[in-house]
Amino acid sequence: MKAEVVNQQGIKNVGIEKEIVTKSSKWKKIRKHWQLYFLVVIPLIFLITFKYVPMAGILIAFKDYSVVKGIFGSEWAGMKYFQSFFESPNFSLLLKNTLGLSIYGLIVGFICPIVLALALNEVQNGRFKKFVQTVTYAPYFISTVIMVSIIILFLSPNAGIVNNILGLIGIEPINFLGNPSYFKSIYVWSDVWQNTGYATIIYLAALAGVDTQLYEAAKVDGANRFQKIMNVDLPGIFPIIIVLLILNVGSIMSMGFEKIYLLQNPLNTNSSEVISTYVYKVGLLGANFSFASAVGLFNSIVNFILIFTANKISKRFSSSSLW
Amino acid sequence: MGKTKNTSIKESKVDRIFIGAVYVFLVLVLIAVLYPLIYIVSASFSSASAVTSGRVWLFPVEPTLLGYTTVFKNPQILQGFSNSLFYTVVGTFISVTITIMLAYPLSRKTFYGRKLIMILLVFTMIFDGGLIPLYLVVKNLNLIDTIWALLLPSALAVFQVIIARTFFQSTIPDELVEASEMDGCSDIGFIFKVVLPLAKPIIAVLVLMYAVMKWNMYFDALIYLKSDTLYPLQLILRSILILNTDPSANIEDILKMQGLKELMKYSLIVISSLPVLVLYPFVQKHFVKGMLIGSVKG
Repeated sequence: MKAEVVNQQGIKNVGIEKEIVTKSSKWKKIRKHWQLYFLVVIPLIFLITFKYVPMAGILIAFKDYSVVKGIFGSEWAGMKYFQSFFESPNFSLLLKNTLGLSIYGLIVGFICPIVLALALNEVQNGRFKKFVQTVTYAPYFISTVIMVSIIILFLSPNAGIVNNILGLIGIEPINFLGNPSYFKSIYVWSDVWQNTGYATIIYLAALAGVDTQLYEAAKVDGANRFQKIMNVDLPGIFPIIIVLLILNVGSIMSMGFEKIYLLQNPLNTNSSEVISTYVYKVGLLGANFSFASAVGLFNSIVNFILIFTANKISKRFSSSSLW
Repeated sequence: MGKTKNTSIKESKVDRIFIGAVYVFLVLVLIAVLYPLIYIVSASFSSASAVTSGRVWLFPVEPTLLGYTTVFKNPQILQGFSNSLFYTVVGTFISVTITIMLAYPLSRKTFYGRKLIMILLVFTMIFDGGLIPLYLVVKNLNLIDTIWALLLPSALAVFQVIIARTFFQSTIPDELVEASEMDGCSDIGFIFKVVLPLAKPIIAVLVLMYAVMKWNMYFDALIYLKSDTLYPLQLILRSILILNTDPSANIEDILKMQGLKELMKYSLIVISSLPVLVLYPFVQKHFVKGMLIGSVKG
């Protein structure tokens, strides 16, 4: 009734009145559904406490943190800790190892699942396909600790299976984990072993959704299977590929702390020390909170810039992006 | 017409070679994945001397259960096993509960602030405060060296919230909500009477995803726990398998049992992976489902 009266009084008033009406009905709706808002409170407390409060805690990277004075009581230190990190001899080594390991892992770990998914998609025998999937998914569920133990056992210079096999063709036992030059490959390829199967799930789902008319059209054009893969399958899953690529780029700086830390030994730290393991050692083991936070913040910012840039680039060159 | 027929026969030869190559490739992949797994199981059932002298290739050599009996005699491992069981069960319960508490309201179109909360959630996926600030939060809450340090900080996983929200959005029709409102059903009543029974598939997905996550977790324990009576299995495994320290054995024993120790490692790997392996058929099905729901709209 009220809205009708207002209607006769001109357009401007209608707008204002409508806003008031919707606002009050908004509160009415919220009050009516208060139970939903009540439910969300506890999970939000978790989110804020363990995700957003730590973000505010980044402040200590700019302070001389002392346990006694607390975060807010500690003196400001400015960019001191950033500067000392950038100037430290470790900086270039850490950056080199972090980027080297993650870019190597990104390229290999990104291509393998696509190849496996395309191959699986060609298989017509449903049972064989299912069997391959079941087997290749399995390693994904192995814990990091177990995975690293397996790597250490298999690569052991004394009776590890890899050296036993190499011994068959007359190669002397190699101390793989004691040699820095093998570290990156061990890390990356064991990841491939563990995660490739599982990573195919999304691609296989995308491949199942490719328009069958396109295959028919390709058939009419006389395309062979390989050409169909290149001209129908790959373009069909391209949007998914891009989205996953952006996500992977975003994790370049934050990859596999757990695994790297466990694989480290004094002989290979030269190529295995990355920013995250360094933060842990300096910060928690060395109780150098402010310095380690600064290093961690540097890491997060680089990460953020990477994911942002990747998203922007993909937005420009293709229609797919994260946001 | 004749010409296309000809070419299609000719191409099918190329295709046959190609598909042959695909099968060869997949068989090689199968062997590469399967062989290490078979080797571990075989080694775990072999004799200590066969393992340390490298005589195990594919099948168990001089079969024995000695590796397993050694594992079960170790009180630390048993304690770790039961601790992990506790963390997994209680942690999964907490996680699934708060995930649904957040995901269901977010799935309702009339819920104000859902956009803001989604942004808050997704933002944590691309930026985080880092290790030290989180550690200090946990420390200030006096959770260090308590069971809560393993249960609370990692309780809410953003990816799982998004999966659950997507599921609710696509399976609970708006009409159902409206109809229950007409009947005077409260939102909480609606959740218990309608949403949860319909949500069984997504609850299964969430339970399994969180349970595997919690069973395999070791890093939180590494940084937050000090007393070894609280250690989960993964941390015990780390000290035995990777650091090669076993405080329960003295030096003489170590020398005597060097071979046995190598054997025990294989048995330990099998045993500690057992809970996940037993669930594997379900885990696989539901993980795949979860991944697919999650990928529909990230």
